[in-house]
Amino acid sequence: MKSAVITFPGSNCDRDMDVALKKFGFKNKMVWHQDVELPKSDLVVLPGGFSYGDYLRCGSMASKSKIMQSVINFANSGGMVMGICNGFQILVETGLVPGVLLRNKYLEFICRNVFVRINNKHNSYFKNISNDVLELHIAHNEGNYFCTNDQLKEIEDNSQVAINYCNNEGKIEQPFNPNGSIKNIAGIFNKEKNVLGMMPHPERMIDPSLSGEDGSLFFKNLINNLK
Amino acid sequence: MIVNEKIAIDHGLKKDEYKKICELLKRTPNITELGIFSAMWNEHCSYKSSRLHLKKLPTKGKQVIQGPGENAGVVDIGDNDAIVFKIESHNHPSFIEPYQGAATGVGGIMRDVFTMGARPIANLNSIHFGSTQHKKTKNLLRGVVHGIGGYGNCMGVPTIAGQTSFDSSYNGNILVNAMTLGLVKKDKIFYSKAAGLNKPVIYVGSKTGRDGIHGASMASASFDDKIEEKKPTVQVGDPFTEKLLLEACLELMEGDSIIAIQDMGAAGLTSSSIEMASKGNLGIEINLSKVPCREAKMTPYEIMLSESQERMLIVLENGKEEQAKQIFDKWNLDFAVIGKTTKSKKIELYFDSEKVADIPVNTLVENSPMYDRKWKKAKLPKKNKINKDEINNLKIIEVLKKILANPNICSKEWIWQQYDHTVMGDTIQKPGGDSGVVRVHGTNKAVAASVDSSAVYCWAHPLTGGKQVVCESFRNLISVGAKPIAITNCLNFGSPENEENMGEFVECVQGIGEASSYLRFPVVSGNVSFYNQTKDQGIKPTPSIGGVGLIKDYTKMITMDFKEVDNIVLVIGKTEGHIDQSLFARVILDEKNGPPPEINLFNEKNNGETLLKLIDSNLIKSAHDISLGGIITAVSKMCIKGNKGINLKKPKYLISDIEYFFSEDQGRYIVEISKKDQKKVLDILNKNAVHYDELGTIDENMLFLNEKTKVTIDELKGFNTKWLKEYTSN
Repeated sequence: MKSAVITFPGSNCDRDMDVALKKFGFKNKMVWHQDVELPKSDLVVLPGGFSYGDYLRCGSMASKSKIMQSVINFANSGGMVMGICNGFQILVETGLVPGVLLRNKYLEFICRNVFVRINNKHNSYFKNISNDVLELHIAHNEGNYFCTNDQLKEIEDNSQVAINYCNNEGKIEQPFNPNGSIKNIAGIFNKEKNVLGMMPHPERMIDPSLSGEDGSLFFKNLINNLK
Repeated sequence: MIVNEKIAIDHGLKKDEYKKICELLKRTPNITELGIFSAMWNEHCSYKSSRLHLKKLPTKGKQVIQGPGENAGVVDIGDNDAIVFKIESHNHPSFIEPYQGAATGVGGIMRDVFTMGARPIANLNSIHFGSTQHKKTKNLLRGVVHGIGGYGNCMGVPTIAGQTSFDSSYNGNILVNAMTLGLVKKDKIFYSKAAGLNKPVIYVGSKTGRDGIHGASMASASFDDKIEEKKPTVQVGDPFTEKLLLEACLELMEGDSIIAIQDMGAAGLTSSSIEMASKGNLGIEINLSKVPCREAKMTPYEIMLSESQERMLIVLENGKEEQAKQIFDKWNLDFAVIGKTTKSKKIELYFDSEKVADIPVNTLVENSPMYDRKWKKAKLPKKNKINKDEINNLKIIEVLKKILANPNICSKEWIWQQYDHTVMGDTIQKPGGDSGVVRVHGTNKAVAASVDSSAVYCWAHPLTGGKQVVCESFRNLISVGAKPIAITNCLNFGSPENEENMGEFVECVQGIGEASSYLRFPVVSGNVSFYNQTKDQGIKPTPSIGGVGLIKDYTKMITMDFKEVDNIVLVIGKTEGHIDQSLFARVILDEKNGPPPEINLFNEKNNGETLLKLIDSNLIKSAHDISLGGIITAVSKMCIKGNKGINLKKPKYLISDIEYFFSEDQGRYIVEISKKDQKKVLDILNKNAVHYDELGTIDENMLFLNEKTKVTIDELKGFNTKWLKEYTSN
């Protein structure tokens, strides 16, 4: 399986993602934001970080970089595109996934483990995954997902919610919402479910010595689904 | 402008210093030259009051590749890998403008590390605020924490450990010390020594603006009522540009075009160009009209003294300019050839075609003032007579709850959750433990780092306090299973012109020297911050020690959380019942006098090294050093972290329960061992003549004391976590 990770100026989880993808069997290529064409890939990842220093709005400037037109075309033709953290913010800015990401409710950066419940397994990202609840890691300042009521209805009608913040038993309630996201949304799909944006970082949970191993579960499952 | 004595004094120079400048130059300096002298000769850059004493610190060791004098220290960790590290203060700017002050402190120390070719792999910080009741404290705390996070998070470097304290002596002068560790290949270390004639001098990074002019002078003066007017001397940080600068510099460093490289930190272009020339015993010629400027009509004086952030000065090999420029273009950074190295041994500055400065380099460096300041020796305070009846009437569990909730002991989760501590995917011990630990990417090795200070002990008796901080750093590394390698120190003190403050400095440095020499834990880098005072009142002497250690096999790393019910808990080291200067004495008895606990370097080393042996033989399940709050506080934290309880029993001692559980004798650890290993462990301890107590066994979820009283771990946890949350949420 071939993957590509885009490096924008200010990306800082690009290497971590490269390490994770390779660990679980992807042949990964790093792609510079000023390149025009994507290498042939089964999965394109927009990594976390602070592209363009989060100036203007998180993800906004990166969404206009040269490579992004190819990423958008790739997504529109059904290609798998995953945005993590700042990558999610970039996806929102391109309009590939609906909604916006506001500053965290308590106006503070949050770095810690969270539990998320998988809401939809009928897609190449979560199909066949054994767990309903994953323990992942978040590290962000702007992860407070928001959208209009009409958008929310559409998202829910199309089962576009990918994961919600919850407790270790999978209960999706307000106290387990770290950043104020509407309906505890931690990640969403586009309508076709080939594009996924999520705040948690699975690439930081791929080793028992790190924060945990549920990221391994996610990547193992992902590559098997793509085979 | 014609320079005279008054203008020199306005620049922070002393009368006789101005006289010396005129003598050295054999003429009156012009305003640009005066600015350069004032920047190079202030305390912050010249170490004029501290140099004499710093020379006495042990700086050599088997693993030391580079000691003090470079941008940062470097130690060998085997397999051609080396760790570059340093700690630095950003106290004055952080008090004036907490967000930018703290942020640029973090930015500055990271630049020091990647200037040497190392990719930063971990950040730490030691931050100290005034009384929690003081009206400024809460906002300063918030601003500093946001600033540290804002910069480090954007850079993508994990913040893995730190220290926070509150004490009224910092009411008018907070401390913000930032430390960075970087990883480099031993044969790819870059230095700041220029070499060769007519080599191009290159400016890269951000443009130069008017921010931070006289920043280093501000850092060398005391605060007064007009402090708010100094806001413009605080630099403004842009971590995004620094991230680009980091990547661009590391990319350029992959090749062989760099002769010397130096970041523009304190005193900006002035100190960076002069340091490179001085180390290379060369001259340097710069055309200031070629310096990329952010603002119009900047004068030579402003360009030379600006402390705009995210800038570097590089001496390149001839003919490599175009290749280097391409890299900086790729990262969208300014790149300008601004001058060349010369044989004149002078710094010669031009603006348009006019010569605006002409100063022999040695007058700025070797001939800079050095003072043997007067200092007063501190007496060891008399021991307090403890009222046994008073303390025997105290209920231990109630005292424990108060101590766990004390601002200087309580959980600092609110702070470190705002720092990205997991980016780079190698953090195997997060903040909240004895040391932060990161793996050396792609290997079985890991590096542990801790930052410590004990201002109260240093204030009570500077010599003992200085020793104690080094020992505490040693212990914090050993507690995670790391072999201590070397330290960096950030020496925060009051005015060197005050004999008592100067005495505190001299004796703390002596203590640091004695301990680091005995423990073979040399000082490889550091920074001195004097004039931490408001009006005439100095802060408590606060040397911060950043320690670095190596874990050869990271699977052997130890954490402090209790692991398994029925395991045995031991105290390593002897408990004498020293209550003076303990947290218990201050918080519960309201007693502030008396000597700090004694340091016995032999026991310190023996206990530590024996514990490392036990860890290496896989006999230790968890470990934690005993510091503030004594045995019972240490044990409680291990219970809270592991969500386990303990059956505590005081061994048969002559001292009272309170003295046993709350005293702060040094050189001690709590360790957890399994029953099956008990004999082996005790044999090793006995063989090495290490004193130990059997303290009890691990329980499900309750802390039992002497089979009489009990408390749930959840309740203790509540006390430990509630204070900071409540304090910062309103």
